[in-house]
Amino acid sequence: MTTQTSSAEPYLKVNDLRVRFKTEDGVVKAVDGVSFSVSRGRTLGIVGESGSGKSVTSLTVMGLHNPGRTEITGEILVGGRNVVGMLDEDVRKLRGNDVAMIFQDPLSALHPFYKIGKQIVGAYMVHHPGASKATAKKRAIEMLDRVGIPEPMRRFDQFPHEFSGGMRQRAMIAMALVNDPKLLIADEPTTALDVTVQAQILDLLNDLQKEFNSAIIMITHDLGVISQIADEVLVMYAGRVAEHGSVEQIMREPQHPYTWGLLESIPSLHGDPTADLKPIRGNPPSLINVPSGCAFHPRCPYRMMNPGPCDVEVPQLLRVREAGHQVSCHIPEERRRTIYRDEVSEVGVAQ
Amino acid sequence: MITQPAGSVMERSTGNLLEVHDLTKHFAVRGGLLGTKAAVRAVDGVSLNVKPGETVGLVGESGCGKTTFGRMLVGLIEPTAGQILFEGRDITKRRSKRDRQDIQIIFQDPYSSLNPRHTVGKIVAMPMVVNGINPPGGVRKRVQELLELVGLNPEHYNRFPHEFSGGQRQRIGVARALALKPKLIVADEPVSALDVSIQAQVINLLRELQREMDLAFVFIAHDLSVVRHFCERVGVMYLGKLVEVGTREQIYGNPAHPYTRALLSAVPDATKIGESVGRIRLQGDVPTPLNPPSGCRFRTRCWKAQELCAQQEPPLSLKSNGTIAACHFPEDGTLIA
Repeated sequence: MTTQTSSAEPYLKVNDLRVRFKTEDGVVKAVDGVSFSVSRGRTLGIVGESGSGKSVTSLTVMGLHNPGRTEITGEILVGGRNVVGMLDEDVRKLRGNDVAMIFQDPLSALHPFYKIGKQIVGAYMVHHPGASKATAKKRAIEMLDRVGIPEPMRRFDQFPHEFSGGMRQRAMIAMALVNDPKLLIADEPTTALDVTVQAQILDLLNDLQKEFNSAIIMITHDLGVISQIADEVLVMYAGRVAEHGSVEQIMREPQHPYTWGLLESIPSLHGDPTADLKPIRGNPPSLINVPSGCAFHPRCPYRMMNPGPCDVEVPQLLRVREAGHQVSCHIPEERRRTIYRDEVSEVGVAQ
Repeated sequence: MITQPAGSVMERSTGNLLEVHDLTKHFAVRGGLLGTKAAVRAVDGVSLNVKPGETVGLVGESGCGKTTFGRMLVGLIEPTAGQILFEGRDITKRRSKRDRQDIQIIFQDPYSSLNPRHTVGKIVAMPMVVNGINPPGGVRKRVQELLELVGLNPEHYNRFPHEFSGGQRQRIGVARALALKPKLIVADEPVSALDVSIQAQVINLLRELQREMDLAFVFIAHDLSVVRHFCERVGVMYLGKLVEVGTREQIYGNPAHPYTRALLSAVPDATKIGESVGRIRLQGDVPTPLNPPSGCRFRTRCWKAQELCAQQEPPLSLKSNGTIAACHFPEDGTLIA
């Protein structure tokens, strides 16, 4: 589905993924026809607001959904094996070994009752049943050292509450990488951290990727983080893909009005500080009751209605002139380019 | 802009709405082997002035004391030492009803700061009820005016907080803060819990209200770009101390303190793709405020630190770039954007 510029066969391929939850209020269409792929050594950034389906997408890849309430269709190919419909036991073998995840809040993702070292050793032993405890401990200390935790021998025997926020996040990265995963999913890994620590963690992820050649999915709402770490970007809105392309294409020549809105509304360290920001009007939609047609049309300043198509027909994700760049918008490509050049590129972060 | 801690206390108002001298808050904790008493030095001698209608930003990492400082201004935390003058009156220990009404606060979390069992009307009316104020036309009319002012539908008077989105809830918080027509608002991370597309709406609303009503703001945030869009003057805090104060142009264009430079360069820049060059990388974390480093508190992470920095605490003084900073070896030179 997705065009891929990288030469290698992508490690993760997601085809037309749809995730629905049944709730008392109705069916939540958390992910509604999403396709993408990531190769080893590459980073895919997924951007979107809360409720855009970005976290659900990643949890589904990890098989971390409640099977009783969730309805999943589509394909998730991890190294060629389809995770959708896979037996729980097989998913468990995959999870933590081939695919690992880093969460936003390390304090709630680490077990408060067990020492950091024990938790990392545990993660190693599960996937290396034959390994001795000494080997596992050596490996864990090695990982703690690798992620930049000073005095790893001493830290091995400490509890999560004895770590600072940044150190906890490092410990979680060590745990995620202990089995040398081929795919690492990072769900807002730096949102809870201070900027100076965030910069350290992003550097660390960059270095580790070079060393281990893993594929990374970085989920964030921060376009600054995206432009620093991502090779490719997926912009999600209301469970669908609004725009997909290389980081240069998304940041320099975005073609979806929602991406424009994001770029315009972010306060920046450059430009006129006294000018008003240009917010996106309205609120993100509820996933139970997604607007008809293009889900963004009630907030879109450039929508075409009376008669449609924006409020009637769901726009398809179509390729634009440049290879690898896809946009789902009814506005003709030439008009989008004109709007971006004349109205958007002067405001906010967009430049 | 900033008064030297000692001696100047007696000088009476110089047109400042708020004058803070050497404000200090130590929280007692039990620490050590024998349960000896220790103190978290959350705020350790911060002085800051705010003029009427001025917007002052406070930035710093978590644990630098910016929230504690803001809460002391509003009277939610009692200072250990120091002095707060509001319009020349000392409000450190006790404050009159009028002074309480004049200083209001907007909280960070729009979910926990609104009582879920009260209607929006009741929440916004509460400050007036508590203070026994009966505005002309009645409380209800005033509440509806306020809701309209912050961009909410006045008809939603009888709805509950859970019926609103995060951005709308923060607007309710703003309406409540405005109910008593304050002169100073302390805004503690007012947009950091909101989605990016909603942040801009709330920042614009606050800017508009600030201009129209000539409100003074102490705007506390960790997001440097948000502060840049809201504040004319910015103070940078580190481990309970103010390390640099200057105008927006000075702080964002040519700051003197190495910490300010490090903070600015750590902000991921959406206009730059890939790894940016020449970035300053701070090592490690902020030290514990239980036992801050001797001399300059930033020295353990500073790349310019020398002997002197460990021995002597640098005083706040005017530097060649125009800001007031506490550093023995200040920088001077425009930041390359």
